Amino acid sequence: MNFPQKSLYFGAVLSLLTFWFGTWLKKKTGWAILNPILVSILLCIAILKLFRVDYASYEAGAKYIGYLLTPTTVCLAIPLYKQLSLLRQNLAAVIIGIFSGVMASAASIFAMCLLFGLNHTYYVSLLPKSITTAIAMGVSEEAGGIVTITIACIIITGTLGNIIGESIFKWTHLDNPIARGLALGTSAHAVGTAKAMELGEIEGAMSSLAVAVAGLMTVIVVPLVTGLI
Amino acid sequence: MMKYLKQFSVILGITLAGEWLNYILPFPVPAGVYGLFLLLMLLCGGILKLEQVEGAGNLLLDIMSVMFVPSAVGLMDSYHQLQSALVPIVCICVVSTIIVMVATGKAAQFIIGRKAKKEAAKP
Repeated sequence: MNFPQKSLYFGAVLSLLTFWFGTWLKKKTGWAILNPILVSILLCIAILKLFRVDYASYEAGAKYIGYLLTPTTVCLAIPLYKQLSLLRQNLAAVIIGIFSGVMASAASIFAMCLLFGLNHTYYVSLLPKSITTAIAMGVSEEAGGIVTITIACIIITGTLGNIIGESIFKWTHLDNPIARGLALGTSAHAVGTAKAMELGEIEGAMSSLAVAVAGLMTVIVVPLVTGLI
Repeated sequence: MMKYLKQFSVILGITLAGEWLNYILPFPVPAGVYGLFLLLMLLCGGILKLEQVEGAGNLLLDIMSVMFVPSAVGLMDSYHQLQSALVPIVCICVVSTIIVMVATGKAAQFIIGRKAKKEAAKP
């Protein structure tokens, strides 16, 4: 199989088709675990492994899909603008909610690193795992973490948050759309926000805001706690 | 009439401005986040109207989920870096994500609920 290595569209088409299949599968079964992002990732990896195509060849085409992520992040201002008055009315809830999440993230990672006996490098690589990749990479690097581990944890966290969000909301009786949006954005960054967009415009707007604010708060909090392990 | 051409130009132009801010300012804020606040300010200031970005913007937001796939597939190359501590790392990711989600949501819902009660108590 030499063709996929040469093609510039193979990676993009594979990503889109597997995602489309994932969306169809989710609709057919209604199972949360058959999340289109997860199905697409696993199918892409399986197909690449099966046909012995390396990641670089896939990425040569697929990177143009990822390229759109920055302008799309900019567009998150649109739902936010539409919900601006709601944001003003609930400013205290927004700030306190996101702050609680950022502190809970640092505290839970600290406690579990102690529990598993993980060293400083793993600890600081994990600390920024709930925030958006571009900010987290800088935070991890600055603190002496391994950036690839941080990125892997960000992907796992985001995909997981996207998959389990709705079930967690149901089990814990989180029914307020503002609270749901903030929870998804603070815990699972932009991938969580993609789920929040599906839930509704208020959820999407609050989640977008949470991604930005939680990212900035984490930049401040992480240097304060890196010395603990 | 070239509606999408104009809208994409505006959105990519703001993205470029965000990239530039990221380049000249010393903060670890990504280009997309600068751009988000830039677009928000332009909309709030009335310099841009919602109709001038909404069409293309909603198109991008609609397909946002698939944009995470390419970098995640990269795990096939980087997972060996995790191997030495795979189980604890995955455990920490799962547990901490749930804790953060519940903590954020519950804190926000508590404040909103308290405010609603206060307002309901007003004569």
